[in-house]
Amino acid sequence: MTDTLLKVEDLRVSIPLDNGTLNAVRGISFDVRRGETLCIVGESGCGKSLTSLAVMGLLPKRAKRTATTLAFDGDEIGNLPERRMARLRGDRMAMIFQEPMTSLNPAYTIGDQLEEMFLAHRSDGRRAARARALDLLQKVGITGAERRMGQYPHQLSGGLRQRVMIAMALMCGPDLIIADEPTTALDVTIQAQILHLLIELKREIGLSLVLITHDLGVVARVADRVAVMYAGEIVETGTAQEIFANPQHPYTRGLLDCVPAPGMTKPGEPLGTIPGVVPSLIGELTECAFRERCPLAHDACRRPIPLYPVGPGREVRCVLADRDERTGERRATA
Amino acid sequence: MTTMAEPPAPAKQRSTSPRARTLRRAIRHGGLIFGGAVLAVIVFVAIFAPWISPHDPYAQNLPNRLIDPFWGAKTDPAHLLGTDQLGRDYLSRIFHGARISLLIGFTTMIVSGLIGTAMGVAAGYFGGRVDDIVNFAIVTRLSMPVILVALAVVAVAGSSLTVVMAVLGCLLWDRFAVVMRAATRQVRDLEYVAAAQALGMSTWRIVASEILPNVGGALIVVATLEMAHAILLEAALSFLGLGVQPPTPSLGLMVSEGRQVMFFKPWLITIPGAALFLLVLSINLLGDGLRDVTSPEGRG
Amino acid sequence: MLGFLARRLALAVLVAFTVSAVSFVLLRASGDIALAIAGESATEADIAAIRVQYGLDRPLVVQYFEWLTNALQGDLGRSIFFNTPVMELIAERLPVTVGVGALALLFAIALSVPLGVAAAMRPNSIVDHLAMWLAVIGQAMPSFWFALLLVLTLGVWWRLLPISGTGTFQHYIMPAIALGYYATPAIMRLTRAGMIEVLQSDYIRTARAKGLRSGRILFKHALRNAVIPVVALAAVQFGFMLSGSIVIESIFALPGVGHLAWISLQRSDFTVVQGIVLMLALIYICLAVLADLFNAWLDPRIRVA
Repeated sequence: MTDTLLKVEDLRVSIPLDNGTLNAVRGISFDVRRGETLCIVGESGCGKSLTSLAVMGLLPKRAKRTATTLAFDGDEIGNLPERRMARLRGDRMAMIFQEPMTSLNPAYTIGDQLEEMFLAHRSDGRRAARARALDLLQKVGITGAERRMGQYPHQLSGGLRQRVMIAMALMCGPDLIIADEPTTALDVTIQAQILHLLIELKREIGLSLVLITHDLGVVARVADRVAVMYAGEIVETGTAQEIFANPQHPYTRGLLDCVPAPGMTKPGEPLGTIPGVVPSLIGELTECAFRERCPLAHDACRRPIPLYPVGPGREVRCVLADRDERTGERRATA
Repeated sequence: MTTMAEPPAPAKQRSTSPRARTLRRAIRHGGLIFGGAVLAVIVFVAIFAPWISPHDPYAQNLPNRLIDPFWGAKTDPAHLLGTDQLGRDYLSRIFHGARISLLIGFTTMIVSGLIGTAMGVAAGYFGGRVDDIVNFAIVTRLSMPVILVALAVVAVAGSSLTVVMAVLGCLLWDRFAVVMRAATRQVRDLEYVAAAQALGMSTWRIVASEILPNVGGALIVVATLEMAHAILLEAALSFLGLGVQPPTPSLGLMVSEGRQVMFFKPWLITIPGAALFLLVLSINLLGDGLRDVTSPEGRG
Repeated sequence: MLGFLARRLALAVLVAFTVSAVSFVLLRASGDIALAIAGESATEADIAAIRVQYGLDRPLVVQYFEWLTNALQGDLGRSIFFNTPVMELIAERLPVTVGVGALALLFAIALSVPLGVAAAMRPNSIVDHLAMWLAVIGQAMPSFWFALLLVLTLGVWWRLLPISGTGTFQHYIMPAIALGYYATPAIMRLTRAGMIEVLQSDYIRTARAKGLRSGRILFKHALRNAVIPVVALAAVQFGFMLSGSIVIESIFALPGVGHLAWISLQRSDFTVVQGIVLMLALIYICLAVLADLFNAWLDPRIRVA
């Protein structure tokens, strides 16, 4: 029983296309400790969803995954045969997806699908499965759980379905839940409820959560630690407070500028934008991916930029990271 | 130092108009090319059959009955595919048989196409009551045992080429109606139709200039497939003796005639059957290829 | 669901009536039945006599309503040739036709569904290409030619199966194959397309994320949803098979409804033909209703609306 539940080192995902290889994830490393919530933030297309699928071993067939280390609870899972991986999935690491409307099989009842999760990994029988399902449905805040068990997905609203998905993920008491944009497809009020639920559960069960999102509001509410992704790489890591209070990477700063800050942004004040577009990830990229859009870019950016440590658990992929912003002098690097 | 690795050498400046892209896809589609080529050959043969046939397909020559085709035992270089029980040259009969099949297939396709397209487009465009009526007609037509009804009508009206074409034309419109209806509905909901309506264009003009050109792709695909369907049906009718009558060389009829001696001269049925098969196969490949090329997402 | 059923049945009844009327009119109006019955060597007087005898001189509408009233009571007229009630003739021959049809459909499904599933699981593989080629070839084969080829190869050259008659179960195998292969391409393609679509759906991804075994995912989750449209298609194809039985039964000399229709046509026994057309249409309509109901039952979104 280690403290580091999930350890990912140099994860890469590439997808062969007609006109070249798309390097969607270009060397990602992160840790998730027990009981910790890590938020992976980034815009659409930055590779965050593929990262989560890669960790779970759910990539589409034509995608290739490599990693120096992909370890769950101390055990290497990168080379596990599919059968063994399937046993882990749902049991010790579970996943919640973005689209609750289509993520449940329309032909079977909620109860059936919940119980199925339990029965796939435990040998305690149907009655135990049903009891656990009812218990979890209540826990995620669904009233009339008995009745809901016999209903079909199309009879539930989006918010309810997502709660069911969460309950389903919890059926076998996993150590880790990976949630890929769990609230994006929901109304704002429902979003708040779901997030609140996740926080509660985390507190109650000591769940580790990897939450993937593009919404900084979600990050602010839920995250212990944050990893900012851009163009297939992590460009900044740190605790939530550190990232919000003192964003180091120009992209992170740009992101935060785009979001109105209550109390600070004046009405009528234009929101920030980041000019330019994400570079194509087909083929090799031999410079900083953000260079073309970065207000601080200069010649030293025309090479692959490593992650510079700037504090405990704090890294920035920028050549200016090892310089103090105010004085411009080199900081001592670890 | 380069910023990005050199991109692959820029391809020749290719036009990317939808038509050019479709054409490129077409050229690369094996089935389309094969089907189209074979069909082209068959059509050529059919059109010029009277001129390229080595013999008169109706000329009987009893002393020369049942000569084997060129791969058989008892062959005659004057008759590459041998002769049938009445001494008629099989090669010539196949050529003329293809002619008949194509004629029937084509005419039936036109007639049923007109009927079915009119119904389908009307149903798709107007919706509501018109749609209900057309749907009802389609369901009714589908519930009828087509072969039997066709046979019965031919039995009463007399079996001739014209009757067969008329009957099949009046019975085989259902696919056209279904496909055209679906295609029209898709197009109808697009914005430029609404724009045309807002401009006050008359219904006729809208249908002619906005709808029809855009459902043309689907129409061509259905038309080829229905032509194949018509050819097979006519062959079945003739096989059963209630289609084209002897001595006209319909391929189906040739199989039926060959059946009498099939056990010791099997090629009398294999050759016309294979000709039919090849004809229908090429049409189907062409139709499938056209469908793949005009809407590559919808394979299978 | 009950409302759905009621509407469906109402439509079915309406279609049945329309089919009977249309086929009735088509038959009578496409030519002179009296002439067909009388034959080519008949005199004017003979033909006129036949016309009166069979009531063919009355207005079409009258003829139809008389026929319809009788039909609703189960009386489909009398066969001119056999001098037996048509209903009786059909009843004694229907089991053979339905039997061969059912066997044919079974064969078609047993061949095309697994093939379609296998093709869908490995798109663009050898299996997939094989399946597509099978479909293309199957659609291009004239049924009577295929049947005759089967007779030649399986029956005569290799002597594996009997080629005509109905003595044993083996007698039904070749007819079933000959009748059934025509439905295989359509069923295979639909299964394949349906499976491909289902396999890409979100709930299959969820199932994988739950750590379910792939066999379970395939059968319980994927197939269950992909098979819904195939049911309707199978019913429709069965209807076509009944219609196409006329060719197969005449080749294999099976005493079914198709064969009856065939010999009745040759003998201008149109009362029988009319009756058979109605019977086949009714069977098809019933199958379509059943297929719709089964569909609705399979899809909870319709069943538990």
